[in-house]
Amino acid sequence: MASQHHDHAVGHEDGQHHEGMSKGKIWRVFFYLLAITALEFFIALVLVHGGVVSKGLGVNMVYIALTLLKAYYIVAYFMHLKFETFGLIMSITVVFLFIIYFIALMLTEGTYMKGHFNPFPFWPNS
Amino acid sequence: MSTTVTELDKVKTGRWNGGRSPFNVEYGKIMMWFFLTSDAFTFSAFLIYYGTQRFAHLTWPDPDKVFQSIPMVADHGYPLVFVGIMTFILIMSSVTMVLAVEAGHRNSKKEVVNWMIATIIGGLMFVGCQAMEWTHLHHEGFWWGSIPYQEGVSPEVTLAPFFSREISEVSALQFANLFFTITGFHGFHVSVGILLNIIVLGMVLANTFERRGSYLMVEKVGLYWHFVDLVWVFVFTFFYLV
Repeated sequence: MASQHHDHAVGHEDGQHHEGMSKGKIWRVFFYLLAITALEFFIALVLVHGGVVSKGLGVNMVYIALTLLKAYYIVAYFMHLKFETFGLIMSITVVFLFIIYFIALMLTEGTYMKGHFNPFPFWPNS
Repeated sequence: MSTTVTELDKVKTGRWNGGRSPFNVEYGKIMMWFFLTSDAFTFSAFLIYYGTQRFAHLTWPDPDKVFQSIPMVADHGYPLVFVGIMTFILIMSSVTMVLAVEAGHRNSKKEVVNWMIATIIGGLMFVGCQAMEWTHLHHEGFWWGSIPYQEGVSPEVTLAPFFSREISEVSALQFANLFFTITGFHGFHVSVGILLNIIVLGMVLANTFERRGSYLMVEKVGLYWHFVDLVWVFVFTFFYLV
C-alpha cells in the first residue's frame, strides 16, 4: 500500500501521492510508448509487408501483447493508478475479469455463427 | 487501576477502521475513475462485437488496403502512415496533459496554462485528422449502411481494392458500419475532452484553482484525457493492425 504518509487522509487535496511522476519519468514513459508503437509499425510494415511473417494468430498475439503493455504504461503511470491505494486499484481492475470472459464468450459465438451461416446459399453466407 | 488495554479495547488504526478515507482520493476523482471504468465497458463491448463479426465471416476487408491514403499528400500506397501520425499526436497530447498535472502539483499556473494549451492543440489536430480520414472513406463510398457501388458494375469489381482474399458485400458493410460507429464514438469522446480541457483552461486563467489552493480539477480532466488515449491504443490495434 502506497502513500501511508498522511495521518489524516481526508481533505488533502493538493500534493497527495505525487511521488513517482517527475518530469524525467514522464518523458521516459513517453519514450517507452513511442518505442512500442514503433515496434508495432516495424512488424506491420517491414515484417508483414516484406513477407517475413504472414498475418495470423502469431502476429496478432504479438500485437495484442504490445497493446496491453502500452495500456499498462498509460494506466499505471499517466493515470497514476500504480501510486493509488491497493483498494482503489482492485476496485477498478478486477471488474475487467468480466470483459475477459465476454471476449471468450463472443469470439466462440462468432466462430459458431461462421460454421452455421456458411451452408446457406444466400445471405448471410459470408 | 490497571493500565493494560485489552485486545478488544485497543483503537484500531487500519485503513478501513474508520476516521480516514480508505482510498485516500478525493470524491470527484474516484467518481471520474468509476465513470471511466464503465466507459471502458462500453468501448469493450463495441470492440468485442467487432471481433465477433470478424470471426463470424469467412472473409474481411484488409485494413492495409482500406487505409492507405495520406490526405492531401497521396491517395493510396501508404498503409498505416496516416494513422501512425494520428497515434503519435494523441500520445504526444497525453504527455503534455501529464506535464500539466505535474505543473499543477507545483502550483505553477503559467506552466499549467502552457501545457493545457498544447494538449488542446493536440486534441484538435487529432480530431482534424479523423475528419480527413472519414472524408476520404466517404468519398470512396463507405458510410453507415453503404459501401462502394457503381451502377452496372459487379460488387466483385468495385470491392476488389479493399480485400486481399475473397470478396464479400456483407463483410464490407459490417466493416463500414463498425468503423464509423467505433471511431465516431471515440472521436466524440475526444471532442468532449477538448471541451472539458478548454473549460478547465478557462478556470485556470480565471485563478479559480489558485484561490482553491489545488489544481485537482486538472488531474480529473487529465484522467479523462488519458482514457481517450487508452481507447485509441485498442482501436488502433484492432482496426488497423490485426
